[in-house]
Amino acid sequence: MNFELDEEQVMLKTSARDFLQQECPKKLVRAMMEDEKGYSPELWKKIADLGWLGLAFPEEYGGVGSSFLDLAVLLEECGRALLPGPFISTVVLAGRPIAACGDENQKQKFLPNIASGDMILTLAFIETSGGIEASDITVTATLSDDFFNVNGTKLFVPYAHIADYFLCVTRTKNSQDKEDGVTLLLVNAESPGIQIEPLKTMTGDKLYEVVFSNVTVPAKNVLGESDKGWPIMKRILAEGQVAESAWMTGGARWALETSIAYANMRIAFGRPIGSFQAIQHKLANVAVGVEGATAIMYYAAWAIMVNDPDVAMAASMAKSWCGETYKQATFDGIQIHGGIGYTWDHDMHLYLKRAKTSEVTFGDSDYHREMVARMLNI
Amino acid sequence: MDFALSPQEEAFRTELCDWLDENTKELRQRQSRAGGFGPRGPSPQRLGGSSPQQGILDGFREFSSWWHKKLYDAGYVGIAWPKEYGGRGATIMEQVIFNEEMAKRRLPTGVGGLGIGWAGPTIIVHGNDAQKKHFLPRILSGEDVWCQAFSEPGAGSDLAGCQTKAVEDGDDYVVNGQKVWTTGGMDADWAILLAKTNFDPKAPKHRTFSYFLMDMHSPGVTVRPLREITGSAAFGETFLDNVRVPKSLMLGNKDGGWYISMSTLEFERSNSTSTIQYLSTIGNLIELAKRTRRNGHPLSEDPVTRQRIAQFYIEANVGKYIGLRALTRQLQGKTPGPESSVGSLLTMELGQRIEDFAMYMQGPYSQLIEGKYAIDNGMWQRSFLSSRGRTIMTGTSEIKRNVIAQRTLGLPRYTE
Repeated sequence: MNFELDEEQVMLKTSARDFLQQECPKKLVRAMMEDEKGYSPELWKKIADLGWLGLAFPEEYGGVGSSFLDLAVLLEECGRALLPGPFISTVVLAGRPIAACGDENQKQKFLPNIASGDMILTLAFIETSGGIEASDITVTATLSDDFFNVNGTKLFVPYAHIADYFLCVTRTKNSQDKEDGVTLLLVNAESPGIQIEPLKTMTGDKLYEVVFSNVTVPAKNVLGESDKGWPIMKRILAEGQVAESAWMTGGARWALETSIAYANMRIAFGRPIGSFQAIQHKLANVAVGVEGATAIMYYAAWAIMVNDPDVAMAASMAKSWCGETYKQATFDGIQIHGGIGYTWDHDMHLYLKRAKTSEVTFGDSDYHREMVARMLNI
Repeated sequence: MDFALSPQEEAFRTELCDWLDENTKELRQRQSRAGGFGPRGPSPQRLGGSSPQQGILDGFREFSSWWHKKLYDAGYVGIAWPKEYGGRGATIMEQVIFNEEMAKRRLPTGVGGLGIGWAGPTIIVHGNDAQKKHFLPRILSGEDVWCQAFSEPGAGSDLAGCQTKAVEDGDDYVVNGQKVWTTGGMDADWAILLAKTNFDPKAPKHRTFSYFLMDMHSPGVTVRPLREITGSAAFGETFLDNVRVPKSLMLGNKDGGWYISMSTLEFERSNSTSTIQYLSTIGNLIELAKRTRRNGHPLSEDPVTRQRIAQFYIEANVGKYIGLRALTRQLQGKTPGPESSVGSLLTMELGQRIEDFAMYMQGPYSQLIEGKYAIDNGMWQRSFLSSRGRTIMTGTSEIKRNVIAQRTLGLPRYTE
């Protein structure tokens, strides 16, 4: 029985924090909000050189061969630093499923290039319904003569403008069972018939509308099996939910620590405001949230690492808890900071906005409570 | 990171589970014959109008003694105690396994629980040879039942405000004062007692107390049952009127009692199996939701109900994994981190939310405590009422938040 990071994981965490403090200051985060690309190619290259992009890919495909748990350690620090760019979308939402379900050609083609920072991928999943169930998938792909013809609109596609390939979730069959007939296609972003339109977001994250009009995709670009893509998508969802949870845990801890530091320093009525019970109790509540987020998130990451049967339950519990914790930590963070917390100059709003984004990515807390209820057979 | 048990731990669990499976059947039979009470005492039907009926209490006592002897003979009493004092010298992990398996089955752990969990371990650490030799075997066998006399009407959260005095007189100390919230005080043979022995007004407050082992049958000890919110009386008020306690029954040094009492409270805090109990209560809650109809549908189909129950389940699991992080620190011999204080705050309040929602689900029936319309014979009503104590006993939730803020987060104390 040992529910603690091992020495190497602690080292990874410490070195990631040091690196990001140096290389990803808030100045860069703010600049990237306005930047058209939305990420720093120089920093991306450095991250690749550190082995972060291929951390959880097998060694034979240019990866480091570490576990999902190690990746979660890293993502927690990226979330703390608000690292801008397509890290989760490239590595977790596209690279990991290729490593798990791709054929030899696909693995050879994509994984070493993602690991080296030469290729950016993204997941084209959500549609205008905003939902994450199989029944929400309506973008069609029809097969004829070894080619799929893809038509329809995807929304909220992260970093579509810099992606080399989309992992596009399509409907290839209309059955009673909506989970049957979903196919995941690797679509070259340069293919004729793809039109992208930026969506203006609160965080400055780059999200896109992607319209597919008669886009031709070779049949060999199916990830896994045709019509049987939903189980892969469920796996992507679980990993995405836990990745977001790790990201949120890192951000929530930053909000807690920053608020504690301010409460210790800010004097009102002749004493630090942190000596008032009104402030102490607020922060104690946030601490419950953050310690809980750390515990349940690492449990979920462990469950993914060992392929535990409890994965879906663990991911839903983590996503639900972390979503509420992060948001509340930034709400209370702004409140404790008072007027200064409400300004554009203070960093707290960057975290609040990120909390709102992560909260709704891959199902919000209510959605995941309903999932938990279903898994409990209520 | 690894949640697996070692082969020895696995063997301990198997042996324990086999033994429990063998003996649980007889236990359940005796339990229902004695009135169908749970681990915490006589059951719900006695709630309300009259005070607990004597017959029921006697039945409960007889049953507990029988079960205690079973556990004792099999070596499952005081498993954490060192072997030389009659325990099993169980590892922390074995204790956790034991507590978990007992909690899963909702089994009582015997009589004189306060002796096994608090008084005994404190005597083992701070007692002299004579004290150990006399008291420890009697605690294990269940011969002596212990209670705790720390809190006073004017000293609860602020324990250092205790006023009970112990004045030297020949070979004895003469004790005068009043204690309160003495759990099991009416049935206890012995008490661990905190009393003032240094009356120098300049002495630092924490150096004015001594720790005594007090015979509850001594002349001058009167325990009045304190009837609580549920209608029954689990604890009492203890009046001490010129009670003579031999000097040989002081534990540790004179004026050093405060620090011993703090270590006793540590033993209390490390005994938490609450999340397992909650997960099992949540199971009952789901079952209740399925058989309760509202507007023509089972309540289990109501979105609000589903959200609430799922949230309880999530919180109980978050509590469980916070607890496992705290346990890991303990196993590695590290000082407790933020996990311990944060975890107990979360779970104590969760317990209240669960009980409150169970009442809400019952609608107008939630008022009924017995009779043919009462749901589950008033079980939920009793646990709802007693849950209000969860955020008060063992340190109020406000004190817990202060402790988290000041000791864990490093915020300053408020000083005039």
